[in-house]
Amino acid sequence: MNEFKHSILDLLKEDARLSAATIATMLGADEKDVSAAIADMERDHVIVKYTSVVNWSKVDEDKVTALIEVECTPQRGRGFESIAERIYLYPEVKSVYLMSGAYDLQVEIEGKNLKEVASFVSNKLSTIENVISTKTFFILKKYKQDGIIFEEFEDDHRLPVSP
Amino acid sequence: MIKDEEKPQALMEQSRSNGMNQYLAANARAIPPSGIRRFFDLVNASKDKDIITLGVGEPDFVTPWRVRDAAVYSLEKGKTQYTPNAGMPELREAIAQYLSNQFNVSYDPAKEMLVTVGGSEGIDLALRALVELGDEILIPEPSYISYSPITTLSGGVAVGIETFAEDQFKLTAENLKAAITPKSKILVLCYPSNPTGAIMNYEELLPIAKVVEDNDLIVISDEIYAELTYTDTQHVSFAALPGMKDRTILVSGFSKAFAMTGWRMGYACGHPDLIGAMLKIHQYTVMCAPIMGQVAAFEALTNGLEEKDRMVESYNQRRRLVVQGFREMGLDCHEPQGAFYAFPSIRSTGLTSEQFAERLIQEAKVAAVPGHVFGKGGEGFIRCCYATSVNQLTEALERIGAFLRKLG
Repeated sequence: MNEFKHSILDLLKEDARLSAATIATMLGADEKDVSAAIADMERDHVIVKYTSVVNWSKVDEDKVTALIEVECTPQRGRGFESIAERIYLYPEVKSVYLMSGAYDLQVEIEGKNLKEVASFVSNKLSTIENVISTKTFFILKKYKQDGIIFEEFEDDHRLPVSP
Repeated sequence: MIKDEEKPQALMEQSRSNGMNQYLAANARAIPPSGIRRFFDLVNASKDKDIITLGVGEPDFVTPWRVRDAAVYSLEKGKTQYTPNAGMPELREAIAQYLSNQFNVSYDPAKEMLVTVGGSEGIDLALRALVELGDEILIPEPSYISYSPITTLSGGVAVGIETFAEDQFKLTAENLKAAITPKSKILVLCYPSNPTGAIMNYEELLPIAKVVEDNDLIVISDEIYAELTYTDTQHVSFAALPGMKDRTILVSGFSKAFAMTGWRMGYACGHPDLIGAMLKIHQYTVMCAPIMGQVAAFEALTNGLEEKDRMVESYNQRRRLVVQGFREMGLDCHEPQGAFYAFPSIRSTGLTSEQFAERLIQEAKVAAVPGHVFGKGGEGFIRCCYATSVNQLTEALERIGAFLRKLG
């Protein structure tokens, strides 16, 4: 990955709505080159998707998120791949990570309420073949996600005019 | 001083009718109030939350958390005492190391360095230590607004040297020579420049050094924006030029590069004789810079360089955005290669910079600083600080563009 593409990614990570023209100006580059680089990265799935970071607690909707530590037995030849796949294909699963340490997969699940999550864990997740055990932790409050702090600060304390 | 109740009735009445100005020292009376103050009042008076201000002179970042955290921790540990007058030894060591790594100048932290209350104190100390009654202090303008009043307070005479947009607001040896008289003693340099964003590279500084040498001048080099240099070649410290180290008092600090304006942390470096004299004044006036600020500055130098670089890159991106924005709306804007100011010309509008800035606040809700407050050569320009979010900058540029179209 070259430095140019890296710089584009850094800017898009902060604000995915920046236009290619603005990015080009900010980097002192040609707009055509920026558009081409973005198209490249979209094609190669370097840029997977443009989404919004939402603070759902501000939306009038009950949502429950849980992190689940999953222990499982890897399969010969495929390791954890097929177990992970069987988990991540469920739409209520928001993320799946293979972990080092005391357990194997970390699964993030979102549901309408506690019951829905509990039912998913007991009926779907823990019954998957080769899953040995699960530990479920409910998220009470999100302070920061994807590098973005949810707490609102009075962000500019500067005097309006200074020497 | 006689207390009020001991004064004869007649004298009391007289002072009431005349005000108290008669008691002021001539030097204090002579310095004009800051021209920026009026604009500050104008913005404040409007109470309009919708005003976007490009009038600031500081980063939009808050001090990196690790730096704030180090200061908080030191307070918890009870570090609330005086430090040595010249500053904590470990901080001076760190500054010496930093200057050597970044700008190729080496100073003995024990004898050639002083930690000050902001770069401002360093400038004040240097002028007070060097200026004698009637000495002429050469100041390339447009310039930061404090050099001239402090010169006046020290009994010196400020001599502005006009610099021009055609020269990218760089000082030329020719213009410097033309301003020199037998009374000239000090040249104050501030590159990268507030308010123009001009920088001077090695080749451009060499002829200045020659004139300094030939005329036996001392240079106070205010390099507070050194890190905010956006060219491929790094900032050149005046002290790094051949033969200039002993003739230069290097003044800098943490405000701009490390987003630490409110901490008031600066430093001055120079020949032991000069720093020694400045240290005397410093110890009798402020004793030492605040310890929590010194702890924070130490953390900034030891663990904050990466965040500094990230901030500088971000200013650079916004710099390009603003310069292109001004040019697209038809304003002449020389390329500022340092600091975080753009200094576009508004001459094409036929307005003075003061009229332009005032109407810009009232009609376009954008605050900028009119160039004339920065001295000679500033009229016809406005200073716009681009240390503001991309969204705000874009909106400000749109408003300025619309305002210009309205002016026709």
